Amino acid sequence: MGTQAAQKSERYFVPQPSAWPFVLTASLIALLGGVSAYLEEDHIGPIPIYAGLAVAIYIIFRWFRGVALESEGGMYSAQVGRTYRWGMSWFIFSEVMFFGAFFGALFYARELSLPWLGGEGSKIATNLTLWPGFEAHWPSNGPAQLGGAFKTIPAFSVPAINTAILLTSGVTITMAHHALKASKRGACILWMWATVALGCAFLYLQAHEYIEAYTELNLTLRSGIYGSTFFMLTGFHGMHVTLGTIMLISITLRLMSGHFKPDSHFGFEGVAWYWHFVDVVWLGLFVVVYWL
Amino acid sequence: MAHAHDDHAHGGHGHDDHAHGPDKGIMRWIKTTNHKDLGTLYLFFAFIMFFIGGLMSLVIRAELFHPGLQFVDPEFFNQMTTLHALVMIFGGLMPAFTGLANWMVPMMIGCSDLALPRVNNWGFWLLPFAFTMLLSTMFMPGGGPAGGWTLYPPLSLQTANAFPFLIFSIHLMGISSITGAINVVVTILNMRTPGMTLLKMPLFAWTWLITGYLLIAVMPVLAGAVTMLLTDKYFGTSFFSAAGGGDPVLFQHVFWFFGHPEVYILILPAFGIVSTIIPTFARKQLFGYDSMVYATAGIAFLSFIVWAHHMFTVGMPLAGELFFMFATMLIAVPTGVKVFNWVATMWRGSMTFETPMLFAVGFVFLFTIGGFSGVMLAMTPVDFQYHDTYFVVAHFHYVLVPGAVFSVIAAIYYWIPKWTGRMYNEFWGKTHFWLSTIFINLTFFPQHFAGLAGMQRRVPDYALQFTDFNVISSIGAFGFFVSQFIFIFNVLASCYGWFGRQRNAPDRVWEGARGLEWTVPSPAPYHTFEDPPELPAHEVTGVHDH
Ligand code: HEM
Ligand SMILES: [Cu+2]
Repeated sequence: MGTQAAQKSERYFVPQPSAWPFVLTASLIALLGGVSAYLEEDHIGPIPIYAGLAVAIYIIFRWFRGVALESEGGMYSAQVGRTYRWGMSWFIFSEVMFFGAFFGALFYARELSLPWLGGEGSKIATNLTLWPGFEAHWPSNGPAQLGGAFKTIPAFSVPAINTAILLTSGVTITMAHHALKASKRGACILWMWATVALGCAFLYLQAHEYIEAYTELNLTLRSGIYGSTFFMLTGFHGMHVTLGTIMLISITLRLMSGHFKPDSHFGFEGVAWYWHFVDVVWLGLFVVVYWL
Repeated sequence: MAHAHDDHAHGGHGHDDHAHGPDKGIMRWIKTTNHKDLGTLYLFFAFIMFFIGGLMSLVIRAELFHPGLQFVDPEFFNQMTTLHALVMIFGGLMPAFTGLANWMVPMMIGCSDLALPRVNNWGFWLLPFAFTMLLSTMFMPGGGPAGGWTLYPPLSLQTANAFPFLIFSIHLMGISSITGAINVVVTILNMRTPGMTLLKMPLFAWTWLITGYLLIAVMPVLAGAVTMLLTDKYFGTSFFSAAGGGDPVLFQHVFWFFGHPEVYILILPAFGIVSTIIPTFARKQLFGYDSMVYATAGIAFLSFIVWAHHMFTVGMPLAGELFFMFATMLIAVPTGVKVFNWVATMWRGSMTFETPMLFAVGFVFLFTIGGFSGVMLAMTPVDFQYHDTYFVVAHFHYVLVPGAVFSVIAAIYYWIPKWTGRMYNEFWGKTHFWLSTIFINLTFFPQHFAGLAGMQRRVPDYALQFTDFNVISSIGAFGFFVSQFIFIFNVLASCYGWFGRQRNAPDRVWEGARGLEWTVPSPAPYHTFEDPPELPAHEVTGVHDH
């Protein structure tokens, strides 16, 4: 009898029917349909974009809030905790593969397509007939010099500072984690705000760098393959840092309203993993985009 | 203490036990978080998509019935080939397999539902929206995408207004696939009933675990590839433009890094289904369970290092041609292991040939034909001749239609009594099998010859000498399409109890079947295993070799 009751309490949490996913999808369609129409200059106006975005953000907020409340309400067994851990790990893996596509493009451009355009190996005819006189070197905006002459951002200037910032933020979030596990909520919250501040500092410097690239270096998205890979990689990374910072802030606010226990705080860990992932991607960027 | 906890758990469910039934009306389907409801939705959606994609293929086959241009203009013809492929792959087969996983994985491994039920709902509902968006492009100025489902630039960049809708719908399909895959993978890793170790798991769960892994790994790469297309077209990047230092061939590499694992995404669940059905009707254990698992994993690994066999004629360095040729041929080894094991399972079994078994055996034969033509295509010098001919079309349709699609049909016949409690009609099932098999071979076998003789794919007209092959092929295609109505009626009759069909299927519908799904009533209760069930030894399908 006793064991049966105990077993029942460990039942896996199956949520009630929910309209969130359906509404989220509808809002995403409005958003993406609006953007598509905008790109093709169909003049259906910006309302679907803004409405879709607003509803999507609202639903995401509601959804995550609902999950947080379910968790704090004690509805999740240890098994549900494992589900979220596995789920988050696989999600991060998918993100790694997404970045992989752009890193792959960078590798291909530097190691293969540019040397070939420059006539390397058996591709001498390409060079002589199509792009005579083009010499492959990096950085490059291609044989047609798309976007005109440009300068690049030296690795050991702002990017190095940003590297230091992100690495430090990896330390501060680990300190916060230790504080949480040791039941020192106050310290944990302080470390978390420090992490948030570092994230914001990173974003500020990154924005600054972009402005400088556009206004002073003539380095833009249109600067051939260098501009393409540079802005797509750093841009997607920056978007992830933005998302990560928002996640950090919401976790910190949850900490301040008493959420999470020293021995059970998946939401916290999930965000910490995400932050470390963003950190690691940056290291890759720093080495292959800025430095080498 | 235990009691206080108990109350909590009830709070968690929000309702008492009697509230466990579904909502009423349309809201049931919009809001459902139940794996069986969502499995049903996935399967119905796949049905509709197969129908639309099938109609598109009939447009193609009607145009190709005769040389010359008769029904459609070339631009529309190309829209049909492009959309047919996208609809069949992303709207038909992949959702069908996800639907089967929804229904069967929790029942096979003994858990209450998929691990993330709300995410599961999201994964499903993304699809109808995404495909509405994709199909609506046919009615836009400039028409739908017509550059082939592979979306190669620079051709695909010439798509008119449809372009961003195409790209974003692919993004949404990708999100749907990734969420579905994470869900299945996490369910399998985290929610098996006690005692069901990984190597005691039914093979369908194993093949889906590996399929899920492939999906999570490569769908983001496709997202990256199409994102680069989008920025190349609208934001001035030059990933695929040589003038800026990029290369159109780069797209092909990124695309096929997704694309080849994708073809295994379309066939590994089919392997799982066939490995489930054949032992049931051979009344023997699956031969070589362990080797099946390792072969599946081996195929998955190899699928990441063979992508450029789609690009032999593009002008790769010689070392690349050789590497990709040999790596591709290696895949024939684990695939051969599988075919061998199926045959060995049937060897000296006491076989009966109910409809699911017919489709499974048909799968083994006809998939293998597609496998053989695949090995032919893997040879670089030979592929120089075969590439972009109807030989390729014949090859991939043999693995996709009498391969993957047959497995879906087999699975539905096999499990529909469990889902609905009503048997299908055996006579019409067998008729469906024989008609499908005859017509599908009529459709695709002659295409081998047309291709070898030099008929190109993706072209609405052809030289006179290919006429005979094409006439046969078109007759086969129409016959196949019409035959599927038998299936539709047979299945719907079981769903809705037409023709006086009774709910009288026993728990263990097939007396040779093993597995937890056969220990529960037919139809299976709405919530099957709220508490993890016992796993009796005789229900274990994963039996090790000694
Ligand atoms: C009776 C069933 C089917 C018929 C008669 C059929 C017929 C065709 C035809 C005539 C083409 C055009 C070939 C060309 O001109 O290049 C084609 C292309 C294609 N089909 Fe099917 N098909 C069927 C089922 C399927 C299924 C179930 C799938 C996938 C799950 C599929 C996937 C494809 C793909 C990937 C292409 C290549 C499209 C392209 O060239 O971009 N087909 N099919
Ligand atoms: Cu391939």
